[in-house]
Amino acid sequence: MKKSLYKLLFFALWMKPLAFILIGLNIVRVGTLPTEGPSVVIANHNSHLDALILMSLYPLRIINQVRPVAAADYFFKNKYLKWFATRCLDIVPIDRNNRQLNETFEICNTALNNGQILLLFPEGSRGNPEELGKIKKGLFYMLKDRADLACLKIVPVFMYGLGKALPRGEALLVPFNVDVIIGKALVFPETSKDFVHAIGQTFQDLQSYCLHKGVFQELKDE
Amino acid sequence: MLIESPVAYVGLAVLLVLILASVVTFIIKKQQGHSLSTQAVELDQRIRSWWWMMILLFGCLFLGKLASITLFMFISYLALKEFFSTVPTQHVDRSVLFWAYLSIPLQYYWVYSAWYGMFLVFIPVYVFLLLPFRRVLTQKAEGFTQAMGIIHWGVMLSVFCLSHIAFLLQVDTHSTASSGSSLVLLLLLTTQFNDIAQYICGKSFGKHKIIPQISPNKTWEGFIGGVICTTILTSQLAPLLSPFSFSQSLILGLIISSMGFVGDVVMSAVKRDLGIKDYSQLIPGHGGILDRCDSLIYTAPLFFHYYAYLYY
Repeated sequence: MKKSLYKLLFFALWMKPLAFILIGLNIVRVGTLPTEGPSVVIANHNSHLDALILMSLYPLRIINQVRPVAAADYFFKNKYLKWFATRCLDIVPIDRNNRQLNETFEICNTALNNGQILLLFPEGSRGNPEELGKIKKGLFYMLKDRADLACLKIVPVFMYGLGKALPRGEALLVPFNVDVIIGKALVFPETSKDFVHAIGQTFQDLQSYCLHKGVFQELKDE
Repeated sequence: MLIESPVAYVGLAVLLVLILASVVTFIIKKQQGHSLSTQAVELDQRIRSWWWMMILLFGCLFLGKLASITLFMFISYLALKEFFSTVPTQHVDRSVLFWAYLSIPLQYYWVYSAWYGMFLVFIPVYVFLLLPFRRVLTQKAEGFTQAMGIIHWGVMLSVFCLSHIAFLLQVDTHSTASSGSSLVLLLLLTTQFNDIAQYICGKSFGKHKIIPQISPNKTWEGFIGGVICTTILTSQLAPLLSPFSFSQSLILGLIISSMGFVGDVVMSAVKRDLGIKDYSQLIPGHGGILDRCDSLIYTAPLFFHYYAYLYY
């Protein structure tokens, strides 16, 4: 109970005002964000702010159901960051160095089985600012054996601008407006190759809804 | 005392106009039933947004100088953020953009402390000279000239020009009837009225395009209709809210309507160049702050200096 209160207060008093004042969101709804679990939201990854902004899109009433999947080796590296990651974000920690992928997948699937909404970045790491990196296959193998695949919602979200506001390796946040384009739920494909292709294609398609034309030149496909 | 001020009277008039607009929108929505046209939805959104904007404006004007200056400072910040988010910038420009943002609290502090000289020169002189130096410190020459042109122009538009609205709060009107806040109100109402009048006249009688390469929906009929309507309104409103005489008010009406048009098309040219429709989605039905304040960018400093020339 106490744990969820930190998260609620963090988003109510800090993240939501910050998203409005320091960032400023232009939200385009091609589809809708899932408000019930089990479901997965996948997004392109450019900044530490990606997960925070995505979570701030959710109403406070269900914010406790929304959990970002994040690297334990990064977020648990010191006790302050660990406190923040577990209390305020309530991350689903995965160990990137663990070769036992089944263990990693099980942690995520347990969260899904508990009716939670997972946020995932299929590019893996943040990469260069505002560039689309290579889509990883892990998500496909994580989900493929689930019995509820037919009704499990996988919703893609494309964000543009956070890589300018707080890019990798920078500590100074510079205010920029951000386009958030919420796509339609994906149909789970047969093979991992199709899956990667579908995600890459969806991100490409969602870019065309960005307010700023400049995006087309700046984003390069892998 | 508050109730008897002209600001309160004009506030009441605005309230009546908004109620009327809401009633008309309600009737249109009722007639169209469930299948609302996109125009009806947009009209509805616009009127709702006008309610919020007017509540914010009058709320801050009644709260006093500090609240009003803070409001305009926040508007400048949102405008600059929209501008920087829209124009092309590079990774190395981030530090320069950060310094450009810092000019906002300082500029509005000069406004708050009524330091007229500093208010006038801070951005055109000090910020103008400082920002290129900050860019030099990044040790990257690539795109330098373009970046400095874009960034300083943005600061001039969003911070320098718009801060003239706030400085009106500090001027001495030499009378008991009008005050700084009534001048602000006169500027804002006439400018926004002109936008609406030009739009409505253009929609009703528009035939001959005035500047099709920049703004294909603007017509001579809309422009001239706007000038006539705005000049009439200004000639009635200005003697109530300011020390301007009737003939001075007529000239003011011409300045507001023609220069409001210029501001509008200048900011449209930027959008056309960058291939965007709106600067952001901040104000439902209107677009961004810069879509709403485009004409104010021109009318605010020109109104201010017209007043300063005659009365300061």
